[in-house]
Amino acid sequence: MAEFWNGYLLPGILILAQILVLVVPLLLAVAYLTLMERKVLAAMQLRMGPNVVGPFGLFQPWADAVKLMFKEPILPTGANKVVFVIAPMITFILALIAWAVIPLGTGLVIANINVGILYLFAISSLGVYGIIMAGWASNSRYAFLGALRSSAQMVSYEVSMGFVIITVLLLVGSLNLGHIVEAQHGGFWKWHWVPLFPMFIVFFISALAETNRHPFDLPEAEAELVAGYQVEYSSMSFALFFLGEYANMILMSAMTAILFMGGWLPPFEFGPTAGVLGALWGFFWFFLKIFVLLFVFIWIRATLPRYRYDQLMRIGWKVFLPLSLIYLVIVAGFVTYWPR
Amino acid sequence: MGFLDRTGRTLFLAELASGMALTFRYMFKKRATVNYPYQKGPLSPRFRGEHALRRYPSGEERCIACKLCEAICPAQAITIEAEPRDDGSRRTTRYDIDMTKCIYCGFCQEACPVDAIVEGPNFEYSAETREELFYDKNKLLANGDRWEYEIARNLEADAPYR
Repeated sequence: MAEFWNGYLLPGILILAQILVLVVPLLLAVAYLTLMERKVLAAMQLRMGPNVVGPFGLFQPWADAVKLMFKEPILPTGANKVVFVIAPMITFILALIAWAVIPLGTGLVIANINVGILYLFAISSLGVYGIIMAGWASNSRYAFLGALRSSAQMVSYEVSMGFVIITVLLLVGSLNLGHIVEAQHGGFWKWHWVPLFPMFIVFFISALAETNRHPFDLPEAEAELVAGYQVEYSSMSFALFFLGEYANMILMSAMTAILFMGGWLPPFEFGPTAGVLGALWGFFWFFLKIFVLLFVFIWIRATLPRYRYDQLMRIGWKVFLPLSLIYLVIVAGFVTYWPR
Repeated sequence: MGFLDRTGRTLFLAELASGMALTFRYMFKKRATVNYPYQKGPLSPRFRGEHALRRYPSGEERCIACKLCEAICPAQAITIEAEPRDDGSRRTTRYDIDMTKCIYCGFCQEACPVDAIVEGPNFEYSAETREELFYDKNKLLANGDRWEYEIARNLEADAPYR
């Protein structure tokens, strides 16, 4: 009994607790990201944004959640029921499980695996399945077109994204996300965005495409495709897509922060580094970086119009891919001739 | 040089950056929207809103049942019936405005020789049923009592231009 308790039950409970501690604040962050997006967009368009529910509209996400939960879930008659129901779950779950390897501080990670970045890359590539399943199972032309666009777009941008990640890996020499962050310590001029500045930009723009955000939101283009792959969804299944999309935004920001902006490291060598205080200090900087990147996501949405489909493909294959390939070769040369 | 200039602009995303700077500046500008139920925009003294029948300061109603407003109303929204009162003065017994027909042209207040029928500054009188928008004489007189201060001020402000 003691062996069962110590060997299986206790670690199980601990892992479950860790997951809850990570996922609950994440979902809260997703909820308030929707509010932040509406508020920032409103400010940039000289509007007010939601301001009626609670002080400054702070309870708006709860009102939205309650509204979505009480809506009628609709299963279209022509839809493939099983796939139709599974698709939003896949999107949502994939957006969450990627967080298992995101380190929030030195050693503060649920799964400290040595192929963390590979895992992240694999999970974000799987994200396209939820969308294409949704588009196919809906048995609707708009949804199917949206899904086709989305899969083509995500596949194209993953290629250059992969090369960008490889340049980072060449500099660090490890696939472990914790090591990637620690290799950047010593102030913000040591962060990877300085030596890899063009790659930083390429990665961020690819992240926009990967999360189907503006200006690459062709999969859900309201004007032409109504809402793309989610057109047939309602109620909680729609909410799952929505949550998944925003969780992916936060994930991509976290990835950018870890790969290029020193993760939890402060911009100068100051503040506590060990103990609870050090962990909190690390949280603060990590969340600040994620917050700034999310703001840029929204800022871009407020600024840029949607790309045309051929323009999107042109940038992906004719600009980003050669650029990241060339930079990869340059970085490889530097690493070979001037090893750290 | 032009080629270099163009290439440099494209390479460093100069247009993107200037566009982003513009939206960022806009974020700190004054809001263009008015937070409506709590804030309201300014109204001209000539604003033509909900109708009202006015009274003299003595309490006597101004309308003398000349029916000019009924005659001029292009939407034929006004219905008036009149007969002499006990003291011999000519007064309306019925003064109805169908607010669903009214087009708010303001001809009735232009036609009125005694400034009895006016269009006041109130525009928040939406109703849930059609019947509530068939105004009768009592409703119009009540409106006049309620909005007399604003109506009188507006008439005074507009008087020099008439």
